[in-house]
This record gives sequence, structure tokens and C-alpha cells, in this order.
Amino acid sequence: MEPIISVNNVSMRFNLATEKVDSLKEYFIKLTKGSLKFEEFWALNDVSIEVMPGDFYGLVGLNGSGKSTLLKTIAGVLKPTKGSVTVRGTIAPLIELGAGFDMDLTARENIYLNGAVLGFSKKFMDEHFQEIVDFSELHNFLDVPLKNYSSGMVARIAFAIATVTDPDILIADEVLAVGDYTFQQKCEKRMKQLIDNGTTVLFVSHSIEQVKSLCNKATWLEHGKIIMSGDAQTVCDEYSKRY
Amino acid sequence: MKTKINTFWRYRFLLSNLIGRDLKIKYRRSKLGIRWSVLNPLLMMLVMTAVFSAFFRFDIPNYPVYLLSGNLLFTFFNDSTNAAMGSVLYSAPLIKKVYVPKYIFPLEKSCFSFINLLFSMVALLVVMILTRQQFHASIIAAIIPMFFMFLFCMGIGLFLSAAAIYFRDVMHFWTVIVMALNYATPIFYPESIWNGTFMMYAGRINPLYWYVSTFRGCIIDGVFPSGLQIALCAIFALISIVVGARLFRKTQDNFILYI
Repeated sequence: MEPIISVNNVSMRFNLATEKVDSLKEYFIKLTKGSLKFEEFWALNDVSIEVMPGDFYGLVGLNGSGKSTLLKTIAGVLKPTKGSVTVRGTIAPLIELGAGFDMDLTARENIYLNGAVLGFSKKFMDEHFQEIVDFSELHNFLDVPLKNYSSGMVARIAFAIATVTDPDILIADEVLAVGDYTFQQKCEKRMKQLIDNGTTVLFVSHSIEQVKSLCNKATWLEHGKIIMSGDAQTVCDEYSKRY
Repeated sequence: MKTKINTFWRYRFLLSNLIGRDLKIKYRRSKLGIRWSVLNPLLMMLVMTAVFSAFFRFDIPNYPVYLLSGNLLFTFFNDSTNAAMGSVLYSAPLIKKVYVPKYIFPLEKSCFSFINLLFSMVALLVVMILTRQQFHASIIAAIIPMFFMFLFCMGIGLFLSAAAIYFRDVMHFWTVIVMALNYATPIFYPESIWNGTFMMYAGRINPLYWYVSTFRGCIIDGVFPSGLQIALCAIFALISIVVGARLFRKTQDNFILYI
């Protein structure tokens, strides 16, 4: 079977400008003086993972270990400096919910806009509009500008839109930490449902217990390098021993 | 190439949604709404006609139509390039989180401004009727300079939006360039005042001169665009698109590191 996601020797470099150069004049002055320095920072260093269809794949590591960067290269947001990423299938990114919401627009308008951002067609959105509204339970507030919403309500719509398709791959970065308890339950249920339908999940969480209970495979990242990859149980146990 | 077209086709709904968003936000809470895109140029033209007929006496038949036709095109140039310039920067929160083809943002601003221009054409028609301007068959051909100007502005927009990410100076500098171009294009003065000055030659390098004069030829003089006019309009558009798109494509993968 072919892996649904293959990350091959990916490295990601960021330039941390030691002195922030924001204007052309400064740039040329610095350039002529030869003092245009960049401090290189490798957020990912030669990372390779393979995710098979149907996997529930966990990523563990401390803050700044490169988990989110890795997810972003997979989602296509970042292009790796070295190496390649191949994804065979559609992705529903739950990286940061509500990207592309415009607070001045109403919920109804935002549902369409956000759907468009995720690459859905108008026909698809028309067909699934009711489903999104039902899931997020916002019937009475559809024509209210989003800026009058609470953050929990915004998160609900975002989750509902992002999971309305049956994506091949679901990228979830600590999303389950939003909303009240009942909504969290609902999100988990929806994710379970997706997995039963054969969706592959890439999951990032700081809760090692959550990773252990949900995932079958895991990778442990530290300072942009893979420390360990493999069976979720083993990786999590090793990780727990260390911290 | 084929996959590129497929991606664009897939995101056409995003394009129309962004245009819709801009329209809604621009006219939100205004009683007259979209009618402002007609009313605004009309009122501006009234002011400018009043000013210029009082201070300068240009020998131009039907000055209101002359002024408005030039001004509408120039406003389109100004609006679309300025909006496109900041478009990628202002979409930073989005670009950092989801994959969307980035050219969609400057493209959307160009389209949005062009739609505004089309609405404003109603104002031109109104003024033409009120001033008893004769309607010629060539009026249909006015779409030719408009179309090429749209492409021209799109190319500039792509260029500026990419450049502004690396150097915010571009945004300040561009306002000066636009102002210079405003004076270097016969918008409110007749082309004849160039006679005998270096502008006779310099003025003709300005692409906007060709778009505006070709457009006016169709609307006011009743002449269809000449081969030279069409060729120049098209060449300027082509150069602008090619240069703009190339710069954009070469730099777009690094945008995210600078926004």
C-alpha cells in the first residue's frame, strides 16, 4: 500500500534577521557595509515520516520542537527549504480554526467565504450549508456579524466547516481545546466518525494521554529532529520517561 | 500548466467570494450602497469641471465627458494598483494558516476595481446623455482599451504586492509615482498643451496615455482604435503581466517568512 503522506528528508530554514531590515534604504546601507546578517534557524532538520491510509498519527514534542512547522509543510502552507512532501488526497486543515473569517461579515457570509478558502465549490457549500448550521447550532445568529460572537461560537462554525467534507486527511493541531465541554464531546464524536469512514488523521497534542489513547503511530520531535518514530505506545512511554 | 489552471478553477469560488466580501464591506451601512460608485465619480466630475472651467480655460469640446472619461480610467488605475499592493500583506493571517494560491489576492483586487469601473461607466453614460454627446458605433470598441488596461493594472498589482512584502517603502513611493502619472497623463488638460515641449515624446511612453486616448477616441471622437493603438495597448499589458507574474512566482514561496 502506498503511504498517503510521505515527508522525505524535509528541512525548513528560517532567517532570523539579527537586525530587522524593513526598508530599502536600510537594506542598501547594510548591504554595502556588508553587515546584512541573518541568523539561520532550522525549524526542521532532515525529517522523514510516512503515514499510511487509515493511520491516526500523533506528533509529540515540546513547544518549538517543530510540530506545527511540520504540519504546515504537509498542509502546503510552507514550502520546505530542502526535501519534499507528497500528499495523496484532500486535506482538511484544522491548524488554526477560523483562518479567513472576516469579523465584519455575518456568520452566513463567513461560512461561504471560509468554505471557499478551503477550496470548496459553491454547489458543495449550498448543499452542505444546513449541515454546517445544524452542527454549530447557531440557527438564530446567522445574520449577525461575527465580531459580536464569542470565541467559542466562532470555533464551532470553523470546526463545522472544516469537517463538513469527508477529507482523506485531517490535520488537527490542538483543536479539541476549544469550546465548552459538550461541544468538545461533539467534536470528538465527529472525528471518530471521520476515522471510521477511513480518514487519516495527523494529530498534535501536548496531552500524552490523549495521543496514547487515540493514535496508533507517533513521532517524537525535538529541536526539529526526529528523536523517535513508531508505535504510539512505545513512543509515548519513552517520551513520558524523559519528561 | 494544466494543474495550475485546475487549481485556479478550483479556487474561482474563493475569488468571487472575496469580491463579494469587498463589495459588502465597502458599502456596508451606507443608504445608497453600490449607487455610490456612480454617484461618486459624478460628484467628483462636477467639482473638477467647476474648478477647471473657472481657473483654466482649455479649448476642449464637451469638457465634462472628456474629464470624466479620463478620470474614471485613472481612478481605476489608482484604486486597483493600490489595493493590490497591500492585498497579500493584509491577507497574512490567512496565508499563514491555510494553503491558498497567493496570486488570488492581488487578482481579486484588480477584478474588484474593474467591476467598480464598470459600474462607474453608468455615470459616464449619464453625463454623455445630459451633455448631448453624440453616440457613435465605436463606443462598443471602448472595451478594447479597458480590457488591456485591466491586464496592465493586474500586472502592476502583482508586481507591487510582491515587492511590498520585502520593502514596505514601495507603498509610500507608489503614491508619489501615481501622482506624477496623474499629471503626466492628459486627464484634465488637452493633449495639445504638450506641443512644443519634451512631453510630446516623453508623454507617449506613458502607457496610461495610450489607454486613455484610445478610450476617448472610441467614446468622444467616434473613431475605432487604430492598429497601432491596439498593438501598444496590448504590448504594455503583456509586458506588465509577464514581469509582474514572474516576480510574483519567483518570490511567493518566501512571502510567508516576511509577512
